[in-house]
Amino acid sequence: MSLLDVDGLTVEFPTRRGVLRALDRVSFSIAPGEVLGVVGESGAGKSLTGAAIIGLLEPPGRIAAGQIRLEGGRIDNLSPDRMRRVRGKQVGAIFQDPLTTLNPLYSVGRQLTETMQAHLPLSGPEARRRAVRWLEDVGIPAAAQRIDAYPHEFSGGMRQRVVIALALCAEPRLVIADEPTTALDVSIQAQVIALLKRLTRERGLSVMLVTHDMGVIAEAADRIAVMYAGRVIEIGAVADVVRNPSHPYTVGLMGSIPSLDVRVERLRQIDGAMPRLNAIPPGCPFNPRCPQVFDRCQVERPDLMPARQTEAACWLFDPAPAHG
Amino acid sequence: MAEGRIVLEAIEASRSFDVSRPWLQRMVAREGRRVLRAVDAVSFAVTVGRTLSLVGESGCGKSTVGRLAVGLYEPSGGEIRFEGQSLSTARAQPALRRRMNMIFQDPYASLNPRWRVSDIVAEPIRAFRLLSGRDVQDRVGQLLTQVGLSPRDGEKYPHEFSGGQRQRVSIARALSSEPEFLVCDEPTSALDVSVQAQILNLMRDLQARMQITYLFISHNLAVVRHMSDLLGVMYLGRIVEYGPGESIFAAPRHPYTRLLLDAIPDLGMAGSTRARTPVGGEVPSPINPPSGCTFHPRCPLANARCRAEVPKHTRDGDVLAACHAVEEGRGAG
Repeated sequence: MSLLDVDGLTVEFPTRRGVLRALDRVSFSIAPGEVLGVVGESGAGKSLTGAAIIGLLEPPGRIAAGQIRLEGGRIDNLSPDRMRRVRGKQVGAIFQDPLTTLNPLYSVGRQLTETMQAHLPLSGPEARRRAVRWLEDVGIPAAAQRIDAYPHEFSGGMRQRVVIALALCAEPRLVIADEPTTALDVSIQAQVIALLKRLTRERGLSVMLVTHDMGVIAEAADRIAVMYAGRVIEIGAVADVVRNPSHPYTVGLMGSIPSLDVRVERLRQIDGAMPRLNAIPPGCPFNPRCPQVFDRCQVERPDLMPARQTEAACWLFDPAPAHG
Repeated sequence: MAEGRIVLEAIEASRSFDVSRPWLQRMVAREGRRVLRAVDAVSFAVTVGRTLSLVGESGCGKSTVGRLAVGLYEPSGGEIRFEGQSLSTARAQPALRRRMNMIFQDPYASLNPRWRVSDIVAEPIRAFRLLSGRDVQDRVGQLLTQVGLSPRDGEKYPHEFSGGQRQRVSIARALSSEPEFLVCDEPTSALDVSVQAQILNLMRDLQARMQITYLFISHNLAVVRHMSDLLGVMYLGRIVEYGPGESIFAAPRHPYTRLLLDAIPDLGMAGSTRARTPVGGEVPSPINPPSGCTFHPRCPLANARCRAEVPKHTRDGDVLAACHAVEEGRGAG
């Protein structure tokens, strides 16, 4: 059974010039211990999906349709109070910039113990003991001495580890990690990813990893969801999506990434740009840029359907092509 | 490496910054001046129509080298030569300055939001008095077409463009004074990968067509591999390995280059068991760099000599590496 089920999630932003649909019927699920990588260009809706799951949509954004179920129970329609208890206890969040997540006025030990005591029945000394262990677990040297240090006393890489400890200390089942390594140097990035992978192995933690860095996804994810203009257009096992993508957009995306192993004369490029939310074309949103576009793509929207090894939202893979 | 005319040459160029606290605070705390050596005796040479890339983690001094190369900073030691002339004298000569330009990382911050794109692109043309009157607008239209925009886009303001299109505007501006040498400081790191491919392809097309020489600065090794003829790997202000890109990627000599390559996640990892080796530790502060070889605290091959003695560049094939272990043949492989 899956831990998280996102089913037809639609997020809208009412504006003076009409309603913008930022997420359009997004569906996927994450199994216990699984890392789902979510990729796409800026504005494709990756971060918004994460924000909707943890109930942190910025108003006036709202969930217009669809359901989000965690361990079978709906979490998309909870009151703010109950959602606050779900956050932290069941779902943790790691954001890109560690400085905005940590409170600069409190020591990291206080932030950890407060978070744990808010969600778990722990005494003060017990919480502190656990806080030290969490800091050790995320690889902070001399944790017992550094627990009373303030965020500014840690380097960037160490701070991001503190953020990870903070997201995990209440022992959630699911972590939404939104660009967790983007602000870090490659060497630190490798350490952080190794840590997340270890926790999924050892604690059965599930991770939704949002990033634009395909290298990180290829390394850390079990499955990938590719997003385009607010929709999931392809989903599948990481090796299949990277090596044998089906959707023409994913094919272009993978081909546009320079590789360390081989040098090509020219990178494959997808001409044009992703449409803005107020100008999403009818039918398949990728149709104006698609090299394999045909009539149906311009009128009818494709949903995810089996396509070679993955699932893709593309009419090329329709088993029973419509006539006319 | 010896083909072609050398366009830009750095000879033991250094740049330090004074990062001392204000005088009064220094007196109270009884501490001296503090100097940060951002770039430390860096040497390289780029020939015409080629690309030299500098790669390294944040704080390694690669952007400072870029600024030295176009004369935005003066070297505090050593020399930068453009076409054989020292840049410190070239700064005074508009004719020489016109021949070099720069493309910056952030296309949101590097374009004036209150100017129309046509004025942004025309600024170097007007500043160097290359053309006047209608000719300016014709040239701007040409430049915009060259970078894949339409001449009509000149009427718009920067906010009407996406990140990739803005970077095209930056490139058009950089090309408008018909430079022979461009410093590109992380030109695609603010862009999505599909847009990055468009910009990298454009940059290589322009290079092939106009024989432009690039100094390309990036932290992304895959992008660097795609773009460079020559490669310099920087660590704490020094170039620790230098040579043809293909030679270095085929057989990295310096332990830092090797660790950096091993630390990069790559698409090839998908579903495979190939794991990357995390580099332990972080880049130390350049204000108090470690003694000897500055990489020794993180280096698996470090010994007593590395802790005491600064390594010099030694040649191995067509690659220069500054490493005692490489020189002594220790721990190769």
